[in-house]
Amino acid sequence: MINRREFCKKAVIIVGGIALPLSALEVFNPKRLLAEKDGNGKVRWVFLVDVHKCVGCGFCVKACKIENEVTYDANVTRTWVERYVVTKDGRVNIDSPKGGRDGFTTQKIDQASAGLKEINPGEIAKAFFVPKLCNHCENPPCVQVCPVGATYQTQEGVVLVDRSWCIGCGYCVMGCPYGVRYFHPELHVAEKCTLCYHRLCKGMVSACVDACPFGARLVGNIRDPNDPVTRIIATEQVNVLKEEFGTKPQVFYLGSSMEVK
Amino acid sequence: MVHGEAWTLKEFFVYPNEYIYWSIQIVMYPFMTGLVAGAFVLSSLYHVFGVKQLKEIARFSLVFSLALLPVAMMPLMLHLQQPQRGIYVMMTPHFTSAIAAFGIVFTTYGLIVASEIWFVYRQFIVETVLELRARQQRSAVESARLILYSLLSMGAMDLSPEALHKDERAVAILAGTGIPVACFLHGYAGFIFGSVKANALWMTPLMPVIFICSAIVSGIALCIVTYIITMEIRKRIFARNRRNNPGLPSTEELKSAEIKVVTITVKYLVMFLVLAITLELLDLIFRTYTAVKSWDILRSVIYERDFFKIFILQYGLGNLVPFIIFLRPGLTIRRALIGTLLVLLGVFMMRWNVVIGGQAFSASFSGFMEYHLPIWPSSVELFKEGLFGALAVITTPFVLFFLVTRVLPVFGVQDSH
Repeated sequence: MINRREFCKKAVIIVGGIALPLSALEVFNPKRLLAEKDGNGKVRWVFLVDVHKCVGCGFCVKACKIENEVTYDANVTRTWVERYVVTKDGRVNIDSPKGGRDGFTTQKIDQASAGLKEINPGEIAKAFFVPKLCNHCENPPCVQVCPVGATYQTQEGVVLVDRSWCIGCGYCVMGCPYGVRYFHPELHVAEKCTLCYHRLCKGMVSACVDACPFGARLVGNIRDPNDPVTRIIATEQVNVLKEEFGTKPQVFYLGSSMEVK
Repeated sequence: MVHGEAWTLKEFFVYPNEYIYWSIQIVMYPFMTGLVAGAFVLSSLYHVFGVKQLKEIARFSLVFSLALLPVAMMPLMLHLQQPQRGIYVMMTPHFTSAIAAFGIVFTTYGLIVASEIWFVYRQFIVETVLELRARQQRSAVESARLILYSLLSMGAMDLSPEALHKDERAVAILAGTGIPVACFLHGYAGFIFGSVKANALWMTPLMPVIFICSAIVSGIALCIVTYIITMEIRKRIFARNRRNNPGLPSTEELKSAEIKVVTITVKYLVMFLVLAITLELLDLIFRTYTAVKSWDILRSVIYERDFFKIFILQYGLGNLVPFIIFLRPGLTIRRALIGTLLVLLGVFMMRWNVVIGGQAFSASFSGFMEYHLPIWPSSVELFKEGLFGALAVITTPFVLFFLVTRVLPVFGVQDSH
């Protein structure tokens, strides 16, 4: 007759014995290893912004909001355009009213609660527009800090959010140095640029790329040496944003300036 | 409306998606866990290091720590955009995230506190059960109490000296393991902030240590405050009951016992306060001296925009004034009460200045964000992340403490510990 103590002991041994090989199967799942970001898949999506070509029309922002059903009038956006006006005394004035959605229709700089700032055109040394979006970092801090694994990186390097699993703690929002994340005004989960993953998977390009009338935005596969984007990145002087954070951003800027934040 | 828009005022250039996403409840979170950890450490000073003078407040702070424990989780639940999914942190923890360990650390700590309390109170529980059982006639309340205490005793009715000695050893071991776990619980809250590389103000390896020290300071301070208030109530009750029962201690006796406990506890408070301030100033000096890229904007936040909150409220009223109060000879109960209340204000302001101050500037370093605490709860969100939500979090531990002490009294209990 087995007594209670013996029964408990044996149960623990059997359960442990079964769990151990099962967990090994989980650890060495080859499919999962392939999906890891370091896996050498054939596709790694990257983005290229040609700052010289951007005129700040805001078509990209509009297209993105419509394509991805981001509440049109909410003051958040997956992509936005910044205007930089550098005066001769070295002062940098930046604004992005409504994320640049409606273009830049006034010469005054929007300083939020500090009002509109007028700049004498004669004082301007240089001015340019810089489109921004998620950098789909190689080392994404947002994926690292998500406590439930609701944000993840696909095999092709795109950082996505699982809306059915996000708990809405906001740690990823705080962890992103580029400020690309926010809470979806209606769904109340973390929200960000997906590089239009749903379109890329079908062989199309991102909505903002399609909408840009000047070709300032391009999306490409860095693992394909013949991709025009890959060639530009490989041969021309491109830059990335906030390299010092060690995030290895994958949005490259052609013709970027040191004033860009 | 976008989350955060209701209480964020932007100035100059701030990225379009930037708002103050971590607001009052995230200020409350480290403040409350700090109180839990601090209260526990205070009780351990007696149980582990045998600081005999702290005996009375040790039991008190242990029970208070239990009452505070569930409240440490409350601000997080109020803060989550999807609170019904909060349990996912336990179900699918993603261990590269500092928050993922919260469930595990918190549960471990809860179990330690609960079992330590059980061992401390076992004798009392068993005696109550025996006393109630011995009665011939029991009222409904007494029967309910008998069932409750019988359940609490979990069948361990042995009151032999050996068994009691074992209890004592268990308490010492649990209190001993509890100290690192309590420090971990809170140091780890500091790590949650300190490891955010995107935030120039938060990112420092000192953050967990600063958090631990200020946690202990605030925990001890709150225990002293609550102790003084409870003693005040006891004095009143005793004075009223003494007419019928002259055997009760007189007000003077209670007062002298009280001042003894308070004086010795304040000494430990000052010790940890010195440590906390030293580390905070070290951090500030280091930032000033190294003056890295972010310093320009940090300087304008620390020395200009938040000057009043940091240097007047936190360091001045919250640290310097209580310091003078405590170090002047001849400490009185009233002075101790004022001092400890100021210390609590100081620690609260420190949390505020870290959490809100860390979001007072844009990640572009070109603009500022100002936080306006929502007062009137005109929507669920404004209640959760507003004044009333915070007040709910602050008052809950006192309600819980009251309820717990109905079952496990903290005064006048006979035991061997």
